[in-house]
Amino acid sequence: MTERLRVHVDPDKCQGHARCKALAPELFELDEYGNAHEAGDGIVPPGLEDKAWLAKSNCPEIAIDVTEE
Amino acid sequence: MSDVSQPVAHPPVNDWVHDFDHTDPQWTEDPFPIWDELRAASPVVHTKRFLGCYMPTTYEAVREIANDTEHFSSRRIIVRDVRPEVARNAAPPITSDPPVHKPAKQLLLPPFTPDAMKKLEPRMRAICNELIDGFIADGKVDAAARYSKYIPVRAIAHMLGIPESDSDLFINWIHMILELGIKDESKLLEAVHEMSAYFSAHIEQRKTRPTDDLISYLMNAKDKEGNPLEDSHVLGSLRLLLIAGIDTTWSAIGSSLWHLAKTPADRERLTAEPGLIPTAVEELLRAYSPVTMAREVVKETTISGCPVKAGNMVLLSFPAANRDPKMFPDADKVVIDRRENRHAAFGLGIHRCVGSNLARMEMQVALEEWLKRIPDFALDPAGTVTWSQGTVRGPRQLPFLLGKAM
Repeated sequence: MTERLRVHVDPDKCQGHARCKALAPELFELDEYGNAHEAGDGIVPPGLEDKAWLAKSNCPEIAIDVTEE
Repeated sequence: MSDVSQPVAHPPVNDWVHDFDHTDPQWTEDPFPIWDELRAASPVVHTKRFLGCYMPTTYEAVREIANDTEHFSSRRIIVRDVRPEVARNAAPPITSDPPVHKPAKQLLLPPFTPDAMKKLEPRMRAICNELIDGFIADGKVDAAARYSKYIPVRAIAHMLGIPESDSDLFINWIHMILELGIKDESKLLEAVHEMSAYFSAHIEQRKTRPTDDLISYLMNAKDKEGNPLEDSHVLGSLRLLLIAGIDTTWSAIGSSLWHLAKTPADRERLTAEPGLIPTAVEELLRAYSPVTMAREVVKETTISGCPVKAGNMVLLSFPAANRDPKMFPDADKVVIDRRENRHAAFGLGIHRCVGSNLARMEMQVALEEWLKRIPDFALDPAGTVTWSQGTVRGPRQLPFLLGKAM
């Protein structure tokens, strides 16, 4: 079985650039201030792996972790 | 106003590494080779001009400084010839340091989320098309004076609830503050004074007749103790929203159109694939970032191995950071489908631009509507492109020929 990915936004690093929400709207949500957090438990549904990596590699604050489990 | 300093002309620069000057005509015209020269010399360079000023030249050094609010204060955010006393509540939160920064910033964030911007989008499309209607039949246009200039000013006027027809008044104040003000204190003070009087009148009106706009929103906002904001805080934030929201995005839209005018391959691709425009906007923001900020060194420290001393200013050039080849492969090329792009056009750290979602929406809409109606355009060889000087860089004259018969 292939490994599954999980995304996580470090709330202390996120400054609300919202790049993750623009690039991977299925995986991230914004609060009332526009700061991001992962949707649900952060598990990346099959087929969205590329978007998870794209969000990570476009975050100016390096606030997003993608882990394989 | 006898204590106000008089403007002094700057001598030409002969040694960029030890004597840089971001108001020099050579920098205004083409800063990119200068930044490469400075970066090759050191991650941090210094000039005696502006009463002493450092400039970080690498992305990493810019990030270090942006994230270090202990040694670098935002109480002064423009590198100028003079350093008058800092006013309280100058323009919170951009001029605020921790711990007062966070509550001031959080007040401004909810009206500028991506969802809030989606509601503004139809008005922006209408504004873009109204502007295009005004010149498309002429076959030529100064796109900076008649298109890119009026998109952000009308958007922020709409949000603030002040007449879009006062746009030229706002643009003149910003010119006095951000450009003339670097060397001429009296111009800056005059513009700040006029802006404050203008907003005070709008605040007075809303005391009896509240409205559904950003001015009323700030008047009704509460600080963390539940008290209304001081009048000076409301005025400072209103001045900030007007100043920060206008020539920044004017510049970004203008630079984007300038690039597309001289790069037919990119223009044709975006016309054929409008879905690529949001990605292209990020790359154009990286390559032609308009905004250079500043900090004041308040405590001695070391940045990328270079000592920096208190009392100096720092020219915090996000545009130069975004051209660092260590951070961006082919940093000097515009790659409109660049996939990995951690550019710092809206700053890094706690002072990330409040209006970044607004600016992105304006840029996307401005390019989409333009390319839909004017897929073919080029620089007019009979005209001259001119650029603004200093803190915000973008084209102020952008003569184009429109249509295929060029």
